[in-house]
Amino acid sequence: MTIVFDTLAKIGFFFVLIMGLVVVLIWMERKGAAFIQDRTGPNRASIGGVRLAGLVHPVADVFKLLFKEDVAPANRHAALYNLAPWLVMTVAMSTYAVIPFGDYLTVAGRRVPLVAADLSVGLLYVLAIASLATYGVVMAGWASNNKFTFLGGIRATSQMISYEISMGLALMGLVLVFSSLRLTDIVAGQGDLIWGFLPKWGVVVQPLGFILFIVAVFAETNRNPFDLPEGESEIVAGFHLEYSSMKFALFFMAEYAHMVIGASLIATFYFGGYQIPWLPRPLIEANAGLILTLKLIGVALISMMIAMLFFRRAQKEKGKFGDARDREPVLGAGLWVLVAGGALAGLVLKPWTIGPVGADMVASLLQVMAFVAKVVFFAWLFIWVRWTLPRFRYDQLMHLGWKVWLPLGLANLVVTALVMAIV
Amino acid sequence: MSFEGLPKGSGDKKRSFLESIYLWEVLRGLGVTAGHLVRNILHTDDMPTMQYPEEKRVYGGRFRGRHRLMKREDGSPKCVACQMCSTYCPADCITIVGGEHPDPKIEKYPVSFEIDLLRCVYCGLCEEACPCDAIRLDTGIYEIAADSREKFVVDKDFLLTNDTDGTF
Repeated sequence: MTIVFDTLAKIGFFFVLIMGLVVVLIWMERKGAAFIQDRTGPNRASIGGVRLAGLVHPVADVFKLLFKEDVAPANRHAALYNLAPWLVMTVAMSTYAVIPFGDYLTVAGRRVPLVAADLSVGLLYVLAIASLATYGVVMAGWASNNKFTFLGGIRATSQMISYEISMGLALMGLVLVFSSLRLTDIVAGQGDLIWGFLPKWGVVVQPLGFILFIVAVFAETNRNPFDLPEGESEIVAGFHLEYSSMKFALFFMAEYAHMVIGASLIATFYFGGYQIPWLPRPLIEANAGLILTLKLIGVALISMMIAMLFFRRAQKEKGKFGDARDREPVLGAGLWVLVAGGALAGLVLKPWTIGPVGADMVASLLQVMAFVAKVVFFAWLFIWVRWTLPRFRYDQLMHLGWKVWLPLGLANLVVTALVMAIV
Repeated sequence: MSFEGLPKGSGDKKRSFLESIYLWEVLRGLGVTAGHLVRNILHTDDMPTMQYPEEKRVYGGRFRGRHRLMKREDGSPKCVACQMCSTYCPADCITIVGGEHPDPKIEKYPVSFEIDLLRCVYCGLCEEACPCDAIRLDTGIYEIAADSREKFVVDKDFLLTNDTDGTF
């Protein structure tokens, strides 16, 4: 019974993480793209004058898409057409079952590993689910009965098949190094140090494998520079052209969910997952009080700085809009002063005494935060690359996948195998 | 990658090794975009975007906005319904119906004076053509919007009250 409850709690954590990150990523995409292109980006939607720098826009978008008319082509294959968006979304979320987001957490004396399903073939599961994602796209393209969506579906299939091979080859090098297919083992192995100072992260032991993998992940998630299945300049909007309303929203959210999963995979395989470099778990637990104090000081300082920025804005923009939006900097300053005050109060009062349970919680929290921070960074990398690089031409994509990435992946595997055999 | 079929010199530039492996150039590109991002986050106020309904672009004094009809001292239109402007108008958007004026010094006056703002190209030839300075495009109004085509056809009364707001 307890294991069912634990698993449900972990699934809930991932659901909240993915959905929350999807909203944040849509915001990051729009605002980041705007700033990169010297624009201001979304800044209009507000709840009672609070605009959160545009973070209200994704919420407004959801309401808009919920109430929009669902227009569907008359000659669609109805069953597949309705199934495709759900399949894409479900597949995107199910990869998360095997990704460890922390070491373990002690709840009521039980050691709960922070991974929903610790499969012994986790890596194969990841690859298998990644290829399933193609089906949703192909089904959407075929069932819409439109030549552009069909072309998008075909492109998605051939692209994913081409890059799955180099993705798998890149991961095989990693499997040789850590000699396990279990994701928790791979992450645990990355907590070691090489020669006493270099963290044994995947990117350090497999630099070429990392480059191969990250490019393959970009191709698998259909993100720029490999977003040919969408290719709006050639095939309108590709596979999701005939979808509208909430079905389109599902495709849209699935794209961002895929980004979160891609970022999590990069973090898990090549950047130590939840591991914090030079700070192994026993060390955190031994110095939990000190780390918590440092953390509170950091939170207090940063929130005071943010509050100062809000105060400056409140003074400079007094009565700028002449409506509820003028309240925003004042409210922001107030909120961050409250956060800083809370952190300071925690420092002064110290209402807790850190026993072994507290130390365990601090360590788990720190590790989960490290994991989420890595995921957010790599998700941002997806966005950053999208607004930097132009799209590949289709033949260039295939050239890169088959004639460059495949031989490089094989070479990487052979060299790794030789090195592992000698060492 | 070769570029067969293209004329010589149009893309077959010799690339250095760093350029040909592409990754270094990707990193350089990421550096460029990151530079823009950081600069715009730190100096949000310097962004060229104009927050339109709150801020409005200031145009020069010669900007041609929506038309207005000038008045005499007694408030009647200066227009003598000579049809010069409607004849000259390249968009054919001015419709004037003239009538006899009670004052013998003034021959005619416009019974109706309509401008179709959707047809108007704001060239200003009507104010050039007008012999008695009766029509001007100097209101500076460029926000011309309505919810039906009919409402874009503005009449004499509208044009007479359509005064400048003093900015020109």
